[in-house]
Amino acid sequence: MPHYRMIIAALGLTLTPAAFAAAPVQEFTLANGLKVLVREDHRAPVVVSQVWYKVGSSYEPGSLTGISHLLEHLMFKGTADVPGGEFSRIIAANGGDQNAFTSRDYTAYFQTLEKERLELSFRLEADRMRHLLLKPEDVAKEAQVVAEERRLRTDDQPEALTQEQFQAAAYVTSPYRHPIIGWMGDIQTITPDELRNWYQQWYAPNNATLVVVGDVEPAKVRELAEKHFGPLPPSTLTPPKPALEMPQLGERRIVVKVPAEVPYVVLGYKAPTLKTAVEPWEPYALAVLDGILDGGNSGRISRNLVRGSQIAAAAGTNYGLTSRLEELFTLVGNPAPGHSNAELEQALRAEVARLRDELVSADELSRVVAQVVAADVYQQDSLFYQGMRLGTLETVGLGWKTLDDYVQRVQAVTPEQVREVARKYLIDDRLTVATLEPLPLDGHHPPTPGLVMDHALR
Amino acid sequence: MPYLKSLSSVLLAVALLLVSSLAAAVPAIQNWRTVNGVPVYFIPARELPMVDAQILFNAGSVRDGDRPGLAKLTNALLEEGAGDWSADVIADRLDQVGARFSANSRRDSASVSLRSLVNPRYLQPAVETVARLLQEPSFAPDAVERVRQQMLSALQERAQSPGAIAQDAFFKALYGAHPYASPPDGTAASLNAATRAEVQAFHHRYYTAANAVVALVGDLDRPAAEQLANALVGALPKGEPVPPPPPPPIPTSQTIRIPHPSSQSHILIGQLGVSRADPDYYALFLGNHVFGGNGLVSQLSQEIREQRGLAYGAYSAFAPMRQAGPFLINLQTRNDQVDTALQVAQATLREFTANGPKPQILEEARQNITGGFALDLAGNGKLAAALGGIAFYNLPLDYLQTYITRMNDITLEQVKAAWQRHVQPDQLITVIVGGSATPAKPQ
Repeated sequence: MPHYRMIIAALGLTLTPAAFAAAPVQEFTLANGLKVLVREDHRAPVVVSQVWYKVGSSYEPGSLTGISHLLEHLMFKGTADVPGGEFSRIIAANGGDQNAFTSRDYTAYFQTLEKERLELSFRLEADRMRHLLLKPEDVAKEAQVVAEERRLRTDDQPEALTQEQFQAAAYVTSPYRHPIIGWMGDIQTITPDELRNWYQQWYAPNNATLVVVGDVEPAKVRELAEKHFGPLPPSTLTPPKPALEMPQLGERRIVVKVPAEVPYVVLGYKAPTLKTAVEPWEPYALAVLDGILDGGNSGRISRNLVRGSQIAAAAGTNYGLTSRLEELFTLVGNPAPGHSNAELEQALRAEVARLRDELVSADELSRVVAQVVAADVYQQDSLFYQGMRLGTLETVGLGWKTLDDYVQRVQAVTPEQVREVARKYLIDDRLTVATLEPLPLDGHHPPTPGLVMDHALR
Repeated sequence: MPYLKSLSSVLLAVALLLVSSLAAAVPAIQNWRTVNGVPVYFIPARELPMVDAQILFNAGSVRDGDRPGLAKLTNALLEEGAGDWSADVIADRLDQVGARFSANSRRDSASVSLRSLVNPRYLQPAVETVARLLQEPSFAPDAVERVRQQMLSALQERAQSPGAIAQDAFFKALYGAHPYASPPDGTAASLNAATRAEVQAFHHRYYTAANAVVALVGDLDRPAAEQLANALVGALPKGEPVPPPPPPPIPTSQTIRIPHPSSQSHILIGQLGVSRADPDYYALFLGNHVFGGNGLVSQLSQEIREQRGLAYGAYSAFAPMRQAGPFLINLQTRNDQVDTALQVAQATLREFTANGPKPQILEEARQNITGGFALDLAGNGKLAAALGGIAFYNLPLDYLQTYITRMNDITLEQVKAAWQRHVQPDQLITVIVGGSATPAKPQ
């Protein structure tokens, strides 16, 4: 069922008739509830296989933050049939590339292999879906590795640390307030029993989606999936509680003081996603607004703040319309030398105010559409990305077909709708601001944030 | 363990078959010169209506002279104005056809990349824009000033990153007075002193036909590809080829400790490796896949992370350049574990260099490389990246076709001999950034 995309820009520029349809997706579900999505891409004799679990940091209660990510690490530590370390070794020795990633809304494992070796991936993934050992000594060692990962990615990175504090301040009751990697104290005190419970609760065929993209025959994929995943028993699943964010009652501000050189400011407005929006068009209007501000070098932020007033050394926006829960539309940046966080914040807020006050121009809108149309083709260059998109949409509960009409949806957005979402969501009462205020890097006093020290490790 | 046994028999049985099916899938490179003599490397990819074009110049930081950062400043300024087009006009021209443009400057090369739809209505304006910013960048005084400030800000960001500090210190210790020591991002003093005239002179000298190569991957037939290459660089002045940089001198082994208020220390251990043209490179690369280049499976990662939980990442690499690039080991660990991690890394390197890889482990590493070769080329973006490297370093046109055979022909003895020729575990440069200036006491 090829869905040819009508790509005719709403405004001015007539875009390419080379509407390029991605290959169709075959979908089927095994008796035990495992959903399987297959997209054929025969450009190279290669296949990407991804197993997506509906669990991530937004499923975690306090004191167990980071447990999904820690469990992801431990998934490489062995089953009765495939001892610790062997998973990676077997895939590597078969020319494969593999890894895993944890997000707020999902945990996923993937292998890229020569197409004839897809079965190897299925055998190994099916085995660790239900038969992980979780030995206490592995848990203790891997918690140390994750603690090092946290130091590397967050604790010693002033901007990442600011982002983490920002999320924790912007959300009060939403689990998005917790970092994916977890708070250090939780990383170091999660027990093997807690991990075992977490594993048994969420790692089951009826809580997973298998995504296969590459040089494969769907019928053969189905046969292999039945063979390896089919015998696995399903679990009784209890969906996570809604954990809705309580309404924000006014602007929030925090300051982060750490040794650093470059000031940094983050602004975030609570905004709906495809999953949470009452008006289905609103997330698309927010995506267009995102493009107006930061769609390439022609976006308003580059044009007005980096080049025009030169208040920003670097700045940009971010909005994820596929998140499972209410999101933040964020604006971030570093003031240029000689300018302050306060100046940059004011400049960013002035750009937001302009979106509330004025209609965006037809030219700007057509540039955003052109970029979306082109990106729709570029995205098909990566097997991994194609799988990532299918897996994300399915796992957050939107269904993999959701963005098939993305180009048309974006084309349908009007200047009035962009102004309307700005007026509704990008307002001070929904705003949280975080600023990084650098302390001197004198090099003699390692920071001692309120973290549990490693010798407290079990 | 019957499961494993059956897996390894599958593994051996499939190995031969795999090589032939993969080799057949490797695309052939087409090669010609533009009207003004620029070598073009082209791989047709007809499935998606898009094209990736990369233009590389011998214009990296190795050409900085006594002005560190000049190469990067010049490269970054290309899109900030050309002819009578302002930066805003250039941004509009590229964005309104959905094109993606980027400029990059490394030690050997400086490049620009364009990704576009192939429909001429979109491709043509994008190509025209890129051609003009290569030929006649305006280097307007306000743009020079703005990019200077952005680079100064980026330098400050490096100063707050222990990993970046370690890297700069390592290259300085490794290359001394050689131009590879010059930090590609520049220094504050140098950036502040750089003038518009210096940028213009740099562009005039290095952004020429004699100093360029083009790599193309995409949905084009040969005539269209020839036309595209000519449109991109055909009007560049001929210019004079620049000589390769001199070979670097042998550095002094030393240990450098730099305090930093971080909870982890970043450790770099290494020495001079080899150039891209060194015939030993492939044996070193294969050996390094066993030692530290293959993720969690490698010995270094096994010892540092899997056995001891000392670090999240522990890797090693040979990074060949036009002249000898570094061999380096990189890891990060909590400050009080630095001495332990150092000892483990050094001991692992000594053991590997003295004894070489075990036969079974070497075969598995080899199969990872040969079996994974198709993965590295799956997609236009990956093909274009590989092709850019082949073009810039003048590698043979059958480089991709012969890659698997070349890897299969390397013996264990060759790996061991190459490592012993090039790696001296008692002659290392070690950089440790983090904690206090004195060695931390174990807790």
